Formats: sequence, C-alpha cells, structure tokens
Amino acid sequence: MANAVIFDYGMGNLLSLKTALEKAGLNASIGTTAEDIAKADAIALPGVGSFTAALERLDTVKETLQTKVTDGTPLLGICLGLQLFFESSEEGPGEGLAFFVGRNYQLPSTVKVPHMGWNTLDIVKPNELFDGVKEDSYVYFVHSLYPVPEDKSIVCTTTEYGTTFTSAVASKNIYGTQFHPEKSGDIGIKILKNFAKAVKR
Amino acid sequence: MTLAKRIVPCLDVDHGKVVKCINFLNPKQAGDPVEMAQRYSDDGADELVFLDITASHEKRDIMRKYVEGVAKAINIPFTVGGGIRNVLDARLVLCSGADKVSVNTAAVEKPKLITELADVFGRQCVVTAIDAKRNRTPRDGKIMVDTAEGKVWFEVVTYGGRKPTGFDAIAWALEAERLGAGEFLVTSMDRDGTKDGYDIELTRAISERVNVPVIASGGAGIPKHLLDVFTEGKADAALAASIFHYNQYPVPVVKDYLRKMGVTIRP
Repeated sequence: MANAVIFDYGMGNLLSLKTALEKAGLNASIGTTAEDIAKADAIALPGVGSFTAALERLDTVKETLQTKVTDGTPLLGICLGLQLFFESSEEGPGEGLAFFVGRNYQLPSTVKVPHMGWNTLDIVKPNELFDGVKEDSYVYFVHSLYPVPEDKSIVCTTTEYGTTFTSAVASKNIYGTQFHPEKSGDIGIKILKNFAKAVKR
Repeated sequence: MTLAKRIVPCLDVDHGKVVKCINFLNPKQAGDPVEMAQRYSDDGADELVFLDITASHEKRDIMRKYVEGVAKAINIPFTVGGGIRNVLDARLVLCSGADKVSVNTAAVEKPKLITELADVFGRQCVVTAIDAKRNRTPRDGKIMVDTAEGKVWFEVVTYGGRKPTGFDAIAWALEAERLGAGEFLVTSMDRDGTKDGYDIELTRAISERVNVPVIASGGAGIPKHLLDVFTEGKADAALAASIFHYNQYPVPVVKDYLRKMGVTIRP
C-alpha cells in the first residue's frame, strides 16, 4: 500500500486525517523528520497551527519536501497546509514553500471570523481531485485566512464567505484544499479517495 | 450559497457512557458514545458536542479512550468539554482526535486559560461555554436587555448552573473573545431542560455583539425552536439533546423542516 506521511507540526489533532486517509485506501503515518518525508509515496500537510509556527517546524524538512514534490511526489495541503504553498501570509512573518506565487489574506471583518462550518464548493475548473463531487457540495471549513494565487489557472473551486475565495487548488502533483476533507463526511472521503487514486497512479 | 446553519446534537458522557437524559436517568439507557456518534453522523448532524460529567481521577483515561473511538468512527467535527482546566487537559483531548475543546467554569475563574489555549492550538479550537441566567434586579454596570418580560441582565453561572457569579454574560463574552475564544456555546439555564424554546434574547444579545460564531443551547423542544433561534436569535448553530435522543424529531426531520422554512442547511 502507498505510504502517505502526514507532517506533524507538533500541535493538535492529526488522528482524524490519519484515519480518513486510511479509509481512502492509503497507509498513513505521522512524520516529523526529513527522513520520514524522503521515504513517503505521498505527503500531507495538515491544517493545524499558525503560518509562522508551522514554517519553523518545517524548517529542517523544507528542502527535502521541495525536492520530493518537484520530483513528482503527490502532495496534499489542507487548510494551513494549503496556505503554506504560497509565499507569504498576513497571519505572520515567514517565507512559505512558494510552490505557487501568491499570498494569504485575512477574511473580511464584515463576516464572523473564523469562517466555521459547512459551506459550498463552486467548481470553476474540473480536476481529478473532484471526480464525482457535485457542484454546490457542502464541505467543512475552519479558517481565518485564505490564499490568493497569482496564477488563476490552478484554482479548482471557490467558496463565498464575505468574499469569493479560492477553496481548492491543483497543479500536476500538488493539491490543496482550504476546507477539511477529513471532516467533510462522505464528500470529504470521496475527495481523499481521488487523491489516493492519484497517488497510486 | 452561504454558510449553512449547523445542527449540533449534544451527548452527556459519564464514565465513558452516554447518559441520555437526566429526567429519565436509568443506567440501562446509557449508550455507547462511538455508536451514538456514528448514528448522528449518518443522520446528517453537522457537528457533535460531548460534555463529560465524570467526576473521578480516572477521567482522563476514560476520555482518551472514547474520544479516540469517536474520532476514528466519524468524519464530522466534534467538541469535547467538561472539566478541561488547563493546556494539558486540552492537549489530551485534541491529540486523541477531538477538533475543539470547550471550557466553562475554569475559564471564568481563570480567563487567561482562553489565551493559553488559543496560543497553543489556535482560537478555532477554543469554544467558550457560557451558562447564563436572567436576573431582573438592576445592578450598576450590567448590560440591561429588553425582553418580553421587561429589562433583564444575564448572569454567568458556573459549576453546572449551581454557582451565580455576579458576572455579566454579555460582558464576559466580549472579554473572552478578546482573550482568544473562537466560538461561544451559550446555554440558557432558565430554559435548559424545559423544552420551551431557546432564550432568543440571550442568544441574540451575544451573537450580535461578538464576531465569532455562537452555538445556542438550552430549551429545544420542537423544530420550530431551532428556526426561531436561527432567525430571531441570530445563532450560527443550534445544540439540542433530548429532541434527538428519543427519536422524537430525528436530525433529518429537523433539517427538512428548517430547509422548507428557508434556512440554509446542509443536506
């Protein structure tokens, strides 16, 4: 079975993601070192902690991670994990992984923040990650920031909350969701199964 | 489309078993938290809350076990509260697979706890539960709210409703938000267990003043009560226990009703 490594920033709940990836058909483990990353068939960057704190934790594995992903290892970023794909964030200082050009912004104060709960996906560009997922499907969000990619061609879905924001991106072997597929019921599992399919290909 | 209103069944847990309802307390009726979580999740609940009422020193081991079980069984978010007094307690629950912790009495007694939790786990993990009771005696500095029964202020009560604190619930919510609360679970002690409906005025008073989500709790007896607390009470989520537990109004029935009444609800 393909081995998916969930990178542990050292805080919060990783069990749900591990369980969900296993339900999707991957062998999931928690990793903290460059060695763990190096032997992964797929990598997941989970959504706990803050931009700056997560980057500090990623520091020792950053190069390994960047090389692995450039070489084609499938990567799934969730929530903060997606935000790390970009260069910078309004949340705090630090240089992101910079797989894509762009920055993360705070949600507007005209709405309650964090954006917490079930909201819908507007599928703007079909991608294998959303195979079998219908337009306006509900998924679970918990976040205060959102990414703005410069290259709009990587945007798969958008969602409305105070603004229209990018809720999922995909480009080759890099996939990211602002929502939590591991907390999004059957639809979330379907998305993770699609990711697993891409990993096994 | 917009953010859906959340339907949140609540399960009271004692020694790792769900205690269905205090009025009908009977050990034979105690359910398994994992099984019940699974059932609610299959039924379309948007989120679950577990309130642990166990008062014993084995509490942590018991909690860890069922929280892990629930996390493995369901893939919707869930909150665990009851007796969380410090970062260590919260870490145990979150690392066992819960998405959020709820703090109540401990936060009132030591407000800094909210900041400590938010700093370590992020504010989205920190639900501040406020139990409030109407007080008709005007007092200096209290936020008086117009209600159907005249002006009242809402007093924070702790220790499961046993201890009036003299604190104003609205002022406490604003303070807790400033300290790092990511969400509020507001329970009306006047309505809790009555099935007469939520305290709309309490819910609205807090929801309109804070900029984080508010879960209304206490008093749900019929689906109309949830409609009222969403529309008039401006709640972001509605918590209920007994109407779901006895299958009187299963989650899909409540959701169908709300959808027909024009509330944005996840199918």
